[in-house]
Amino acid sequence: MKFTCFHLMPYRPLDLKAASDYRSAWVVLPNSFYDPKKGAAEYDSYLDQLAYAEKLGFDVIGVNEHHQTAYGMMPAPNLIASALIQRTKTIKIAILGRALPIVGNPINIAEEFAMLDVLSKGRIIVGFVRGIGAEYHSTGVNPAFSHERFHEAHDLIVKAWTATGPFEFEGNHFRNRYVNLWPRPYQTPHPPIWIPSMGSRETIEWASAPERKYPFLVTFSSEAAVVRYLNMYRETAQAHGYTASGSQLGWAVPLYVADTDERAREEAKAGIETLFNNFLPMPWEMLLPPGYTSISSLKATMKIRTSLGSRARNQTIDELMANGTAVIGSPKTVLEKIERIRDQTGVENLITMLQFGVMPDALAVRNMELFASEVMPKLR
Amino acid sequence: MTAEIETLNTRGISVRTRCAGSGPPVLFLHGAGGWPAWLPFFERLSQRFALTVPEHPGFGASDDPPCIRDVPDLAMYYLDLLDGAYSSPVHVIGHSLGGWTAAEMAIRNTHRIASLTLIAPAGIRIKGVPPGDNFIWSPEEAIRNRYYDQSFADALLQAPPPDDAQLDIDLQNRVAAVKFGWEPRWFDPALEKWLHRIAVPTHVVWGAEDKILPSAYAALWGERVAGAQISMVAVCGHSPHIEQCDLVTGKILSFLDRVRA
Repeated sequence: MKFTCFHLMPYRPLDLKAASDYRSAWVVLPNSFYDPKKGAAEYDSYLDQLAYAEKLGFDVIGVNEHHQTAYGMMPAPNLIASALIQRTKTIKIAILGRALPIVGNPINIAEEFAMLDVLSKGRIIVGFVRGIGAEYHSTGVNPAFSHERFHEAHDLIVKAWTATGPFEFEGNHFRNRYVNLWPRPYQTPHPPIWIPSMGSRETIEWASAPERKYPFLVTFSSEAAVVRYLNMYRETAQAHGYTASGSQLGWAVPLYVADTDERAREEAKAGIETLFNNFLPMPWEMLLPPGYTSISSLKATMKIRTSLGSRARNQTIDELMANGTAVIGSPKTVLEKIERIRDQTGVENLITMLQFGVMPDALAVRNMELFASEVMPKLR
Repeated sequence: MTAEIETLNTRGISVRTRCAGSGPPVLFLHGAGGWPAWLPFFERLSQRFALTVPEHPGFGASDDPPCIRDVPDLAMYYLDLLDGAYSSPVHVIGHSLGGWTAAEMAIRNTHRIASLTLIAPAGIRIKGVPPGDNFIWSPEEAIRNRYYDQSFADALLQAPPPDDAQLDIDLQNRVAAVKFGWEPRWFDPALEKWLHRIAVPTHVVWGAEDKILPSAYAALWGERVAGAQISMVAVCGHSPHIEQCDLVTGKILSFLDRVRA
């Protein structure tokens, strides 16, 4: 197994009680709730945690893009990746991911990733996502054209990385007379591309296609959904005529280790419950605006994703542990839960989120240390 | 009288329509909520006119052709429909998205349009006077914000939940509404500057308490479309032809009578 230390960088100083008067911590929560001085301290803490992951022996550190929300403070994740390049030596840095459809010009993304790849001498992994529904509210981009824009932007970026320029790109959404990337990516043919997703048949079909074979990372899901989506990828690959390797399968999960199950539950409780009940919830109208997915996928998601959407405000740590959305416990318990998912799916990329919600620095760091010393070696 | 449901094919695009009545032709273009049931307003119109109420391409069970991506496309489709289905000019009535579509048709070509009736039309934007954000509203808010008289909303909210087939129709309607209305939000920046080209009799009807498209827009339509008649309907929300059916039907019939005189 390979291990990613992933971060959302939530805004922990949020006044949770006052914020709960709003529809969501996304889109409509006034930015007067954000204090730049406290925000600066948050960046310091979180960058320290991610840089520390290299010393602890993780393979990858992961950052993430979200817009106009207290849930995560990386609207420009490449800026954070750039800072991390300076603080680390050998660890891979994954940007999971950039939301392709919501930018005006995908060439900017191709250029920035190429710069990061050269700056880091080939340590970059890129994630391509569509952004979540709320980001179509906050950017104004029409969700009905999200898939079209994603595929076109992807084609443009990959071609910009691999074809000799200048060439002309003639899309329906993006048109460039001259595409001629300076600098080009350090890695050949280009940085690895990962596809984080809440899971949809369209995404899995596309990512697993033989000409791509992009690793698919299922994010924030119950054990049943993780198993279902990862096996859907395997089956789809089989239908494409090849066997997916475990390195094509990824599972992103909030995870907490302490010396006993009781202590882990006690220490993780505030963090995990604020993540799912304060930072993440949004109504369906924000999460899945019409057109963002196909109608069949929308109906399926609403049935499977009972932990998302507007009814999610009162989830307890026990529910989240019971359905496997969060993995929390002693090293032995955590190891067993990960092995159980691995046995059912063959997943070999574990994307651990070891700080979540309001979890303070001291607990987050001890969690990282315990996971790295007590769990990680047994899964290698 | 009941309206017959037919399939109308225009240059390979099939849509559902309800047709009723005889007399001079009237075409009703529905709003973003989707193809309406047979309303009392339609019943009254069909007593004197040959009324056709199509379901827009992209909505419900009508075709969703990839060539129709925005409201100007939809307007071009309806100009094709007028040419294909009618041999004389048609009175076009449009509500909200349908009113926007009718105006886009009329700035392009009025040779098959006898008159325009625009009921709370979308399509133009006064900076600082945004429409309500129907895309962020919950289903209940969306229904409540449609009406001034909340008894209309209560009746809809008490209706049994849709069956699976109707749920598919509802979801398709929401996808179509997003496609046509998300960005720019419920308007076409190129429409207002050409509204002077509408050279057919035009009647703009607005509910004074509209929470979706503020009634302040009625005056701008009046300024831009020469000779437009404005009917402001008191104590009324976004669907005056439903909420104030008798009053609004009377105003629309007398406008059509004057046009025909």
